[in-house]
Amino acid sequence: MSTNSVAVLGVGMHPWGKWGKSFVTYGVHAARAALADAGVAWSDVDLVVGGETVRNGYGGYVAGATFAQALGWNGARVATSYAACATGAQALDTARARIMAGLCEVALVVGADTTPKGFLAPNAGERWDDPDWLRFRLLGMTNPAYFALYARRRMDLYGATQEDFAQVKVKNARHGLENPYARYRKAVSVEDVMSSAVVSDPLHLLDICATSDGAAAVVLTSADYAARHGLADPVRVAAVSTVTPTFPNTVMDMPNLSTDSSAATGEPERTFKESIAYAAYEEAGIGPEDVDVAEVYDLSTALELDWIEDLGLCKRGEAEQLLRAGDTTLGGRIPVNPSGGLACFGEAVPAQALAQVCELTWQLRGQATGRQVEGAKVGITANQGLFGHGSSVILSV
Amino acid sequence: MTATPAVEGWFTTGAEPALLGSRCTTCTTVYFPPLTAGAFCRNPACDGEEFAETELSRRGRVWSYTDARYQPPPPYVPVTDPFEPFALAAVELAEGLTVLGQVADGYGVDDLKVGAEVELVVETLYADDSGDRSIWRWKPVIELGQEADQ
Repeated sequence: MSTNSVAVLGVGMHPWGKWGKSFVTYGVHAARAALADAGVAWSDVDLVVGGETVRNGYGGYVAGATFAQALGWNGARVATSYAACATGAQALDTARARIMAGLCEVALVVGADTTPKGFLAPNAGERWDDPDWLRFRLLGMTNPAYFALYARRRMDLYGATQEDFAQVKVKNARHGLENPYARYRKAVSVEDVMSSAVVSDPLHLLDICATSDGAAAVVLTSADYAARHGLADPVRVAAVSTVTPTFPNTVMDMPNLSTDSSAATGEPERTFKESIAYAAYEEAGIGPEDVDVAEVYDLSTALELDWIEDLGLCKRGEAEQLLRAGDTTLGGRIPVNPSGGLACFGEAVPAQALAQVCELTWQLRGQATGRQVEGAKVGITANQGLFGHGSSVILSV
Repeated sequence: MTATPAVEGWFTTGAEPALLGSRCTTCTTVYFPPLTAGAFCRNPACDGEEFAETELSRRGRVWSYTDARYQPPPPYVPVTDPFEPFALAAVELAEGLTVLGQVADGYGVDDLKVGAEVELVVETLYADDSGDRSIWRWKPVIELGQEADQ
């Protein structure tokens, strides 16, 4: 382990659900669980990074300080990140960078949210210069409608079926059965998915993830601190990719009404989502063939199939074949979303990317009871959110 | 009363309506929605700061499509009670960009296919205090010989 590598010493979560409490309650619960898991005293933490939540007032905007105060001011430095679905990864990256720079030794990263029911809608007020407002006003374009565009392309271009999408839900529901942090722990059949209401053709209600309350926290430390703590071979952060798109961004992205034009520049070498994974692999010095387990952002069932290809786990248009062959299920060649994924959790925006890191940590430690990927040594996460945010984290042991 | 565009300066009306984009006079990259005063070219390889208003192709190919089976939340303005589903399409234009739009009244996902040709029309989106407000929409182009299937 190189001297500037960063260790994941502890992880913790608050169960996902609809609990009706403050995001601070969830965040503190997860933070204390992560500290206990690490065996680190709160007084040892010298950096707190919070994932911002935009639906919980001023305390949510300054989440890092909100959690620090709730845990009891200890004089730690503080930062707060917001990057839509990639919020947790950006917060993690901030902590990692300060540790690698030698500016701190022990960082606590926390994301927590309380989310509303139904479609995620833009903030109130008339904003004619905000694409996130305009897409609802001029088009009635919801998040599931964007997911449905991607799903339909898989059907028309690669021969995917609605049953394939349903099989992703069936798989993830099965994976999540034993996960104590999952909100939905119930087996689902293809028929259950197919008989649920169509929200945006071709996606059914059970193809689309819910929104949830939840919290996740990670304790990162320097390698030296981990060694002094008696951990010679902890789970390590091999890469954190938080790249933005490269012009021209030619794939329709939330919340935009259009893409960039490629007429003058030509097509980009990689799509935005491909570039997120590419940067992570490059930083970790590994390739897709080295990955044992993946946690990807299944905002919809069909998006999981897109991610499998974006991560290079198979060629473009072949993800359905992996699914049908059982390659992505527990016990298969490359299990995807052993946690149960967003299908079992529902999205708690600022916590979700950290929840992916928690799951991979348990997987690499061999502690994922009931959903363990045997012998997993390398895991990768992936997600994408609004406004050119996305992330991929690679952990290894 | 004539409908006025729901958003000003984004599309023309009349017999052959078109989206209005901004074309960089240096590198020719086209932007939609049109850029506002003081904009510069977002192509990192270009220093352009001048743009010409340009009408985008009225026809394009469907990149993908879907529909809204439930009423979207505000600021979407409901037009019927109860809500009636409408279709949406992302359309690739010759100018190298893809533009979202609702699909023309009377057409749904069964009338669309990735790669199919569509044409821009302008229809009423909703009404407010100033009357009907219009929006661009994508209308499937029915090719000769296919009419009987429709």
